[in-house]
Amino acid sequence: MASAKEFLEASERKDVRDRWLLSLPALLIIFAAALGPLLVVLLYSFMVKGDYGDVKLWQWSTEGWFSVFFQRDIFDDTVSLADAHLTILWRSVWLSFLTTLLALIFGFPTAYFIATRPEGTRDIWLFLITIPFWTNLLIRTFAMMEVIRNEGILNTVLIKIGIIDAPLQILYTDTAIMLGMLYVYLPLMVLPLYASMEKLDFRLVEAAYDLYATRLRVLWRVIIPLVKPGVIAGSILVFIPALGAYVTPRVLGGGKNMMLGNLIELQFGQGRNWPLGAALSITLMAIVMVAMLVYVRQASKGTGSHG
Amino acid sequence: MANAGRFSIRRQTGFTLIAAFCFLWLYAPIATLIFYSFNAGTSVAIWEGFSWRWYEAAWNNEQIKEVSLRSLLIATVAATVATVAATMAALATTRKKPFRGTTAVYAAINAPLMVPEIVTAVALLITFASIKVATGYTGLGYLLAAHSAFCIPFAYLPVRARLESMDLTLERAAADLYATPWNAFRYVTLPLLWPGIIAGFMLAFVISLDDVVITEFVKSAGQDTLPTYMLGQLRRQITPEINAISTAFFLLSVLIVTLFFFLNRRKS
Repeated sequence: MASAKEFLEASERKDVRDRWLLSLPALLIIFAAALGPLLVVLLYSFMVKGDYGDVKLWQWSTEGWFSVFFQRDIFDDTVSLADAHLTILWRSVWLSFLTTLLALIFGFPTAYFIATRPEGTRDIWLFLITIPFWTNLLIRTFAMMEVIRNEGILNTVLIKIGIIDAPLQILYTDTAIMLGMLYVYLPLMVLPLYASMEKLDFRLVEAAYDLYATRLRVLWRVIIPLVKPGVIAGSILVFIPALGAYVTPRVLGGGKNMMLGNLIELQFGQGRNWPLGAALSITLMAIVMVAMLVYVRQASKGTGSHG
Repeated sequence: MANAGRFSIRRQTGFTLIAAFCFLWLYAPIATLIFYSFNAGTSVAIWEGFSWRWYEAAWNNEQIKEVSLRSLLIATVAATVATVAATMAALATTRKKPFRGTTAVYAAINAPLMVPEIVTAVALLITFASIKVATGYTGLGYLLAAHSAFCIPFAYLPVRARLESMDLTLERAAADLYATPWNAFRYVTLPLLWPGIIAGFMLAFVISLDDVVITEFVKSAGQDTLPTYMLGQLRRQITPEINAISTAFFLLSVLIVTLFFFLNRRKS
């Protein structure tokens, strides 16, 4: 008997070892070219900045972190808040929030529309949402740029039909960045919303109507609470990439209207301040982690009360 | 309640209108972009008649040819590496009872999805910069490694989904009939898993082809891919040539996603 047990244990150990070995290539690649380098960023954020970019290795300093929020006057060394950084941080959060809100306002009815189609055609509608999602982000941003630029189709049409006399300057403004992000990230809102709505039990809606609820009340008190997990998932999926957006603000914001991603890039380019760039990257990641944490807690609460 | 007879509990006032606007919003810019790629003039807003001129220009542009081939090469290699690694990891982390560390493996594989792209890009920039200085190697290897890494979670998802919906009894039957573990895998598991692997490869391929941010930071001089080349061009005078390249690129993505869609549909 003992030998049988030993045999089983040995084979189980071998099985576990085999499975680690099988996972190894994926883990190695991810640690080498995605997760490991994040540790380097963390270390660099605490080093002394080099004179022409880079850092002075193993010389520690908190200057990088200090300059995320504060700046020293070059003449008298007085410390004040780093207005430029805070403005950009605030713009990132605010534009991401607006984008998420608008995506929800437009995405919710769209997901509902798809979920209430007959079974066979839903896939097709969903497919139409997925195509832009899989299309190159740069191409989509570029398409948006062509639409809103001064000589673009939007202004041309508006002038032709006489609504405006001179082209509206939309490109290279915050509005342009927001429109671009709304365009680029809208599918990320619709897809999780649809996933929740697909499972919606319309007998509950029927019951609400039987109890003389109005359409608006049904929407507000029955449908929205039931699809709340989808609302949260969609909002997180839009908010997080919007916060770290780089291409859209670079192309549509035109260099002046930066977001956090562009500020980070600047430190590794003309700014030549790698520790500051590293500290800003960690800051961005921290905000994202908090958002994820909120989502995970909300999601587990959601399944607890409905499931 | 004038039309009480047609009262539908599923209807919500104005929702269909907003949905229609959404689809218009998603497709109008791309449609405009494609439309002006056929413009005979040099403007991307004033229509001067139909022509293939810009497609010819793009086709004869050596630089575009070079960066497109590089994009395809990177996407092919990275998607292959990512799919093989992800399939192995998926085989190790699904079905049989989870071992200690399953959650850790799972978390590590999905981690690239959680980190903002710009942060990964910067991290790779500074890490590879010191490796480049230390070893003197500046080849395509860095881009291939970076692309393989962020493609793994995308290749992993469909393979894992496929494995979880698969029946274990067939493999047990093969084992009962004295198939070696390798033969059971080769002749039973792999053929069943194949659609998931293809789907994973296609997702990884599209993701690699689309990447701008990480490539922009990792590439050495003369290693532009199509997206980073286009990003550079956007700063200059824009001609419909960019529209023509974008359209070709868009059609390639649509083709792959359509294949993926039908592959998944047949499965379910």
